Amino acid sequence: MSAPTVIRQGRAADAPPVLAEPTPRWKPALAVVAVWFLVWWFTKGTDTLVLAGRDQTPVMKTMAAFRDEMIAGRSTNPVMVVTGAIADALRGLVAWLQRLISIPADPRPVPIIGWLGVTAIATWISYAVANWRIALLTLGTFLSFGVFGYWSDSMDLLIVVLVAVTISVLIGLPLGILAGTSKRANSIIEPILDFLQTMPTFVYLLPIVLFFGIGASSAVVSTLAYAVPPLIRISAHGIRTVNPAMIEVTNSLGQTSWQRLLKVQLPLAKRTIIVGLNQTTLAALSMATIASFVDGPGLGRPVLDGLRINDVGKGLVPGLLIVAMAIMLDRLTTAASERSDVIARGGGLPNALHKRILIGGGVLAVVAVFVSRQQFWAAEFPDLGIGRAIARSADGIVDSIVSTISPVTEGIKNVITYGLLNPMQAFIAESPWWLAALGISAIGFVIGGLRGLIPTVVALAGIWYFGLWHSAMITLVMTLVATLLCMVLAVVIGVAMARRKSVDTLVRPLLDAGQTIPAFVYLIPCLALFGPTRFTGIVASIAYAAPAAIKLVADGVRGVSPTTMEAVRSTGASTMQQIRKVQLPMAKASLVLATNQGLLFVLAMAVISGMVGAGALGYDVVLGSFRSEEWGKGAAAGLSIVLLGIMLDRIARRAAEAAPAGSQRRRFSNRGI
Amino acid sequence: MAESALSVRNLWKVFGPDAEKLIGTPDLQLSRKDLLAKSGHVIGVKDVSFDVAPGEVFVVMGLSGSGKSTLVRLLTRLIEPTAGTVHLGDTELTAMSEEQLREVRRRQISMVFQHFGLLPHRKVIDNVGFGLEIRGEDKTTRRARAQNMVDLVGLSGYEQNFPDQLSGGMQQRVGLARALASDPEILMFDEPFSALDPLIRRDMQNEVIRLHHEVGKTMVFITHDLAEALKLGDRILIMRDGEIIQMGRPDEIIGAPADDYVKDFVSDVPKSHVLTLRWVMREPSSPDEGAGAPALKDSTIVRDAARAVLAHDGLVRVVDEHGAFVGVVDDEDILRVVVAEDS
Repeated sequence: MSAPTVIRQGRAADAPPVLAEPTPRWKPALAVVAVWFLVWWFTKGTDTLVLAGRDQTPVMKTMAAFRDEMIAGRSTNPVMVVTGAIADALRGLVAWLQRLISIPADPRPVPIIGWLGVTAIATWISYAVANWRIALLTLGTFLSFGVFGYWSDSMDLLIVVLVAVTISVLIGLPLGILAGTSKRANSIIEPILDFLQTMPTFVYLLPIVLFFGIGASSAVVSTLAYAVPPLIRISAHGIRTVNPAMIEVTNSLGQTSWQRLLKVQLPLAKRTIIVGLNQTTLAALSMATIASFVDGPGLGRPVLDGLRINDVGKGLVPGLLIVAMAIMLDRLTTAASERSDVIARGGGLPNALHKRILIGGGVLAVVAVFVSRQQFWAAEFPDLGIGRAIARSADGIVDSIVSTISPVTEGIKNVITYGLLNPMQAFIAESPWWLAALGISAIGFVIGGLRGLIPTVVALAGIWYFGLWHSAMITLVMTLVATLLCMVLAVVIGVAMARRKSVDTLVRPLLDAGQTIPAFVYLIPCLALFGPTRFTGIVASIAYAAPAAIKLVADGVRGVSPTTMEAVRSTGASTMQQIRKVQLPMAKASLVLATNQGLLFVLAMAVISGMVGAGALGYDVVLGSFRSEEWGKGAAAGLSIVLLGIMLDRIARRAAEAAPAGSQRRRFSNRGI
Repeated sequence: MAESALSVRNLWKVFGPDAEKLIGTPDLQLSRKDLLAKSGHVIGVKDVSFDVAPGEVFVVMGLSGSGKSTLVRLLTRLIEPTAGTVHLGDTELTAMSEEQLREVRRRQISMVFQHFGLLPHRKVIDNVGFGLEIRGEDKTTRRARAQNMVDLVGLSGYEQNFPDQLSGGMQQRVGLARALASDPEILMFDEPFSALDPLIRRDMQNEVIRLHHEVGKTMVFITHDLAEALKLGDRILIMRDGEIIQMGRPDEIIGAPADDYVKDFVSDVPKSHVLTLRWVMREPSSPDEGAGAPALKDSTIVRDAARAVLAHDGLVRVVDEHGAFVGVVDDEDILRVVVAEDS
C-alpha cells in the first residue's frame, strides 16, 4: 500500500500537509480471504504437506548430522572448545554454590551453610537493601521453601537466577551505557535486541544445549540470553532520556565525558536502571524455571514432572513456591530502588537506630550460620511431609472443583474448539500449501505493502523448506485464535478499566501479579481445568498474554483527553457510542500495539503449551529438547516458530506504523517465553 | 583587543546539513522562510559583532526565536558557531581545543540557565560545589567555597535540602551560587528569571544588581523582558531573526529607536524612568541663556530631574560630564515626557 497522498493547494507554505482519505485495508483483505475460500472449497485436503509421526525430512537429517558432527568435534572444533570451557566454568560455579547452600557438600551430609544460616542471611540482606516489611516477606518465603519440602530445589533455582542476573549486569550494564551514549553503538545493538525479543525464547534451548550441554550450564546461558535484553534496553533508555538541559548545564561547567557519565547520566538514570534490574530478575526466574526442560536444576523440575504425567497435584506446590519466589524478588528489587532514594535523602529510620539494627541483625545472621553448621536440625530442613500431604489433597480438591465447574469449562472449550478453532484449522491447515502461502502473502501485502510482503514470503519459504508446513499452519491457527480471544478480553476489560476507576483498582493488582508470575506456572491451572488439549494451550497463552494487552488498551483509552470526552457527552452520545465512535478509534495505536504484543506473547507460549496437548510445532520442539534422535526435527520446528514469529511481528509492525504516530510505545521486554 | 572582556566578530550560526558551505554565499541574504524552503537551512545567528567591557552588564534582548539563546550558547561553544570569532580577553575561544575550552568553562565563564538545571540527586551544597568538583578540587575546599556562595545568595540554612524542596526563586539562587562558585570572569545568564513569578523576579533582579556591586563580574544577560533589560543593562543589544537590530545604552534605545520594530517594542515603557535630560533638552539659543539657573547633568534621568525643574521657575541649564553647558530644559519639556505616559 502506498504512502498517504499529500495534497497542497493554495495553502501557506508552512501549513501542515493535507492528507487524502486513506483506503480502508480491511476491504482488500476480505477480498483475499473470499478468493482463498473459493479455491479452498475445491482443493481442500490436498497438498497439505502433513508429516507423519516419526518421519523426518532430509533437511532435518542434515541438521541432526550437523549436530552429531559438532558433538563429535567437542575437543577439536574451536567454537565447541570455547563454549565447552564456558559451560564447565558455569557448571563448576553452580555446583560450588549448590554445595554451599543446597546439596550435601562432601564429606558433610549437609550443605556448608544450612537452611537456618541461609534464611538469616537472606533476611538480613533484605533488611539492609530494602526495609523490615520486605525482610519479613523474605523470611516467610524462605521458610515456606523448607516447610513444603522443596528447600533444595528452591535454592537451586535461586542459584541459577542469581548467577544469570549477576552475569546479566556485568554484560548488560556496559552495553546499555554504550547504547545510551553512542548513537552508532545503539544502531548496532538495537536491531539485535529486537530480533532476540521477537524470538520465542523456548527455541533458544535447542542450540544452547548443543553448544553448552544439558544441565546447569545450559540453564544459566539460556536464562542469561533471555534476561539480558531488558536490562540493556531499559538502562540505555534511562541514560538517553536524561534531561538534555541537565547535560548542557553541566557541560557549561567544563566536565569531561567521563565525569558526565559518572556524575550526571548514571545518577539520574539510576532509578530507571533498577527498574531494568527488576525486569531482568523476573525474566531470569521465568526462564530458569523453563530451563528444567534441559535438565536445569531448580523448582521447574518438579513442576515439569507433574506436567509430563498430567498430575496437577504434584506440580501445584512447587508452582506456588515459584510464584512466591517471584513475588519476593519483585518486591525486593522494587523496594530496593525506592529505598535508595530514601537513603540518599537522609530519610528512613534514624541513622543510629538503623545502624544498631543492621549490626544486631548481622551478628544474628553469623550466629545462625554457625549454628546451621553445628546442629543437624538447623542444617537440613526437617521433613514435615506437608508438601506431599498438600499434593495428595490437592488432587482431590482439584478434581472436585474441576468436576463442579466442568459443565462451564467444557462449554467454553467446546464453543471455542468447534466454533472457532476447528473451522479455522480446517481452512488454513487443510488448504494446499501453495494456496495458504499465496493467501498469507497477499494479506501481508495488503497490510504492510512490499515491506510486509517480503518478510512474509521469505518466512513462508523457510517454513516450507524445514518441512513442517502442516504443523506450522496449526500453530499459526492457534496463535491467531488465541490472539483474537486475547484482544476481545483486552478490549472489554481495558475499556471497563478506563471508564470506571473502581474496576481499575480491582483489576490492576491482578494484572500486575499476572505479569510477575513465570510463564511456566500458568500451565498448571490450565491443565487442571481443561485437560491436555489444544484448547489448554490457547487458554494458557491468553492467560499469559492478556495482562499486558489489557493494560495497553486501558492506558490507551484513558489517554483520550477528558475535554474531548466532555465534548462528546455534550452531543448526547450513548455509552456504546462513546466507546465505539470516540474512545476505541482514538486509542487505535494502543490497540494495534496490544495486538502486536499479544501475538508475540501468544506465539511464545504456544511452544510451552506444546507439552500439554497443544501439539504442532511446540510439541516437536519439546520432544527435540530431550530426545536426541528427534533433535533434527525439534530444530526444524524451532526455526519454523522463529520464522512464524518474524512474519507475524513484521506484519503487525507495518500495521502499527500506519496507526497514528506518537502513541506508540517502545517495547522494553516482551517477557515472553 | 584586551580592553574588552569579550569580543565577538561576525558570528554566524546556520543550522542544517551543509551549513559551513553556505557561509559567504548570497543565499544567506534570503529571508529565513525562503532559505529553509531552498536548502533546508535555518539561520540562528546572523553576522553578529559586539564587545563587552570588563565589569559591564551587557543585555541581549529579543522575542522567542530571535536567536538570543543560540547566541549566548555560541559564546561558550555549547553550540559550535558556523563562522566568526569569539575572543575572551586576548585568547580566541573559537580556536581552542576541547581541553582548553573545558578549562575556560571551569574557571573563566559560568552560566545561569532558565530552568535552573539543578541536579535532583544532589543537595544544595553539592549542587553549588559541582563545578569545583568537576575541576578536581578536594572536598574541604569545595565545601567551604560552596558554603560561602550559599551565604552570598542568601540561602544559609538550606545547604542540606534537595532542589525539589525549594521554591523556584530559591532554586535559581542555587543556580546563581553554582555559577559564582568557580569565581569566573564572566557570568552568562540565559533568561534566568522568566520561569519565576513577577514578585520573585523583581527580587532576583535586585539580587543580581547587588551581586554585581559586590563582586563586579562582567555579565552577559539574555532576556525577552524589556523592563528587565532596561533595569539591569549598561548596554542593550536587540535581536530579531538572528540579527542585531540596535545596540546602545537604555536611554539610546528609548530615545532613538532604530526602527518601527524597536519603537513598537518600547512604546509601553515609562520613558521618564529611562530617558535622560540629554534626550529632552533643547539647544541653548545663546551661551548666556538661563544664566544663574541651577544646572543638572545631562545623564540625569528625567524622573529624577522633574522635581528640581518643576520647582524652579523658568529654565534649567544642562551640562555634560565636563561641566560644559550643552542645553536647557523647562517645565514643558519635562511634562511632555511624564504626562505622555499617562494618556
